[in-house]
Amino acid sequence: MDTVIETVGLRRSYRGFDAVRGIDFTVARGELFALLGTNGAGKTSTLEILEGQATPTGGTVRVLGRDPFRERAAVRPRIGVMLQEGGFPPELTVLETVRMWAGCTSGARPADEALALTNLNHRRKVRVKQLSGGERRRLDLALALLGRPEVLFLDEPTTGLDAQSRRDTWELIGELKAQGTTVLLTTHYLEEAEQLADRLAIMHRGLIATTGRVADVVAERPSRISFELPGDRLLGELPPLAPMGVTKHETEGRTVRLETRDLQRTATELLTWAQHAGVTLHALDARSASLEEAFMEIAKNLDNEETR
Amino acid sequence: MTTTAPARPVATTATVRSGPASRMAALGRAELALLVRSKAALVTALVLPATMAVSMRGLVKSLDLGGTGLSIATVLVPGTLAMALFFSIYTNLVGVYVTRRESLVLKRLRTGEVRDWEILAGGALPAVLLALVQCVVLAVGLTVVLDASAPAAPHLLVLGLVTGSLLLVACAALTAAFTRTAESAQLTFLPFMLVTIAGSGLFLPREVLPGAAADISAWLPFSPVMDLLRGGWTGDLGFVDQGRPVLAALAWTAVAALGVRRWFRWSPRH
Repeated sequence: MDTVIETVGLRRSYRGFDAVRGIDFTVARGELFALLGTNGAGKTSTLEILEGQATPTGGTVRVLGRDPFRERAAVRPRIGVMLQEGGFPPELTVLETVRMWAGCTSGARPADEALALTNLNHRRKVRVKQLSGGERRRLDLALALLGRPEVLFLDEPTTGLDAQSRRDTWELIGELKAQGTTVLLTTHYLEEAEQLADRLAIMHRGLIATTGRVADVVAERPSRISFELPGDRLLGELPPLAPMGVTKHETEGRTVRLETRDLQRTATELLTWAQHAGVTLHALDARSASLEEAFMEIAKNLDNEETR
Repeated sequence: MTTTAPARPVATTATVRSGPASRMAALGRAELALLVRSKAALVTALVLPATMAVSMRGLVKSLDLGGTGLSIATVLVPGTLAMALFFSIYTNLVGVYVTRRESLVLKRLRTGEVRDWEILAGGALPAVLLALVQCVVLAVGLTVVLDASAPAAPHLLVLGLVTGSLLLVACAALTAAFTRTAESAQLTFLPFMLVTIAGSGLFLPREVLPGAAADISAWLPFSPVMDLLRGGWTGDLGFVDQGRPVLAALAWTAVAALGVRRWFRWSPRH
């Protein structure tokens, strides 16, 4: 595996506050790795170190085999950065902004190409101050892509975008990845991580709570089944749940909620019972755990551990 | 979105590496466009020095210059050139650096290949260019209006303009380091400028100051630049005396640059 990004025991403190408390992860060439976490989890601090904007308080970091801060002259021409919050001179036009950035970038794409990638060509003569928030994000992305980077750091790339622009950006990121670009992105949108990421890490209070492939992280959480029993049926008529693979159950009125580690088996046995018993299960819903549920559960568990 | 071009150029295509000159030129071009679009900055830079020259003529006329070897022209012209440097470079750049920091432009630029000193120097290029062009126009105009003779030592004048420009760029960045907002940038340039106008002999030559005041004023950062500008006009600086103000101006520039390195902030304070 060609490792492009590697952190070992990475730490970052600001005036006594430990923003990053010792994290390890690697990203392989061509991989899309997502850093998830609540506000203040340490995502942006981690990204700033990887981008060479800040030095770690402890641990080591390598990007393309080099120290991104001390060897930034060698690393910067090979990476593209989109900040969570980065500014442009408001009185410049979009095209002037891209040209300025292109003049500062090795092997820059033509400005028109970068603007076409982010659907901003029709806004090229508009001053930056007149752009919407979403358009500014797309301009930021255009600048990040100008140097045809091998590694792309995207901090909340779709925040402020409308649904269509978000889908377009996902498509663009997917294309870049298909061409071999390594991408590290942070996002609040769990759907974004589910759509794009090969692997992810969930950060909480400066630590990585869990990491792995999206499917693996989700598979660690139970699947859920819920339904309502018809009015003429009693809860006691349900078959024994534990043998069906149910790990937890609760009832509220006539609504039954089940958790299982084996959704297919539990659902099959439940439906087989219902068919044989002639019971119609109303509002039947069976679903695997989502990344959002996994995320919320991890955050909740860690909060509980820390308050103990 | 449209289909992307390859992430990397094909192997046979050499990637054109950006260098400091091209990066600073790109930043300078952008900053020039911004300067042209900022009417307030343009008016300050273009109108105030000439206005100062007119308003200071009466003061200079009232000075007793007997025994100093100076004339109204050799006081007024270098002083006006110094004011042009101050308004076009120092006053303008304090605002530019603070505004770019406030709007997160500096933070964004630092994520790219451009180095810190290139960001500051590239951003200063249009202001310096404007100041130098203005100095040429003012020098020619005042020489004609005052019926003065041409500079006796033009190389000293050039040295004065160059060292003065370098010093004021560094001082502007240093002042910006201690300026929190764009609004406060309209005030924080005043102390250095007022002390310099009063103490470094812009319109009140050090030769007419009482002994102790003249001694102290010799140590002010802009005084060596004034020595060069005025010496360029009078031609009365000896060979050894020419080196001292150059070195002193460069030393002050280095001190300011060290201060910038130590205290300049690239992101707004929260």
